[in-house]
Amino acid sequence: MKDRFNLYRFASPATFYPFAGALIPYFVAVSIVFGLAGLWLGMLVAPTDFQQGEGYRIIFIHVPASWMSMFIYLVMAGWAAIGLAFNTRLSGMMAQALAPTGALMAFLSLLTGALWGKPMWGAWWVWDARLTSELILLFLYIGYMALTAAIDDARRADKAGGLLLLVGVVNIPIIYFSVKWWNTLHQGSSVNLAKSSMATTMLWGMLLMAMCFWMYSIAIALMRVRTIMLERERHTDWVKAELLGKAGDEK
Amino acid sequence: MFRIIAAVIGRDLKLAMRRQADIVSALFFFIIVVSLFPLGIGPEPELLRKLAPGVLWVAALLATMLSLPRMFADDHRDGTLEQLALAPHPLGLVVTGKVIAHWLVSGLPLALIAPVLGIQFDLSTDALIVLTFAILIGTPALSGIGAIGAALTMGLRGGGVLLSLLVLPLYIPVLIFGAGAVDATVSGLGGEGHLSLLAALTFASLGFAPWASAAALKIALE
Repeated sequence: MKDRFNLYRFASPATFYPFAGALIPYFVAVSIVFGLAGLWLGMLVAPTDFQQGEGYRIIFIHVPASWMSMFIYLVMAGWAAIGLAFNTRLSGMMAQALAPTGALMAFLSLLTGALWGKPMWGAWWVWDARLTSELILLFLYIGYMALTAAIDDARRADKAGGLLLLVGVVNIPIIYFSVKWWNTLHQGSSVNLAKSSMATTMLWGMLLMAMCFWMYSIAIALMRVRTIMLERERHTDWVKAELLGKAGDEK
Repeated sequence: MFRIIAAVIGRDLKLAMRRQADIVSALFFFIIVVSLFPLGIGPEPELLRKLAPGVLWVAALLATMLSLPRMFADDHRDGTLEQLALAPHPLGLVVTGKVIAHWLVSGLPLALIAPVLGIQFDLSTDALIVLTFAILIGTPALSGIGAIGAALTMGLRGGGVLLSLLVLPLYIPVLIFGAGAVDATVSGLGGEGHLSLLAALTFASLGFAPWASAAALKIALE
């Protein structure tokens, strides 16, 4: 009996593995296209900022990286919720595959922020609410990765990590607002991002770069989830067939 | 419901009283860390007064941290925890009792000794009262959030370091409002707002954290 298209079919690693493999090239290609378009628009077309000069162009990396760092954490928490509620194997693998990319994005956002801050604010680092909460987000990513790495049993690692993600996602707004109030009460350096109306080309460049980062994150997460699957399912027949098939191709 | 909580508190307190060295060493850790700061940064009263709330609170966070791994580890090792999980009562209530017991032996002594250390930092009487009160109502939140971390890292290698990696970022709001309450009192703004938020954090974490820890314990016991 031929059954209808069923989304749940892809919850099984054996069917998701080839599916993910087929999707990766598309996401890579789309990411490159968006990236080239975004860089062209951001670096060559967008006008020089009258206040910040050429240095402002780092926002084309900085802003998409910050967005992705927050978004990936939410996606991971979403996978964690699905995994804990429905006890699916794939969810934990997806969350673990996303974590290094999320941490990378948080780190990139801090790094580019520091590089931008030195010429613009005259300081590599200020205890601004947004910088501080991004730093805490990086800590949360590192905590998640450390916890899942410390647990040998894959199922316990998935579930414990998932619970930590859910606790983290409940805490993120509390942390964000507490840091914000802390910052305003301490009368921190009056940082002003010069909220001038942004040129349309700048906005488009930023959106294109965000799409590029988004597609990159999906592609790299799928690649990572494929290796996680092979590692965890190494005792199963489909992995053996997959690996033997590859060895056969090379001969 | 309250009978179970009370029974767990009584049991944990009895166990803690048989091993008083643990309580005392965490307390002395707190005292020593706080006393190191003036030695590191100099004895100027003006500077110390400004640093006191932050130093005391960070030291309190670290001192609470020290006793967290033991919250479930001993019971896990001798099998008591599995029996508690099998018992007909919800595991969340048992954990609530353990959190309260943990606070009684780790948070409460800190609040009692804090004013003495505050005097060393030349804090005014008002600030000392607010500091004590803030530590008194803030530390239950630390025990509650810490229970989640303790349950998640139970029985893992390098559990202690891992625990601080997981829990310290989540402690940040308590630190901010706890130290902020004293700061606001010193600067004359009044710390009531901070204290209310601190109490809110405590009640929220006492309400939710035991159930999250119970879920984590069940994952670990599977």
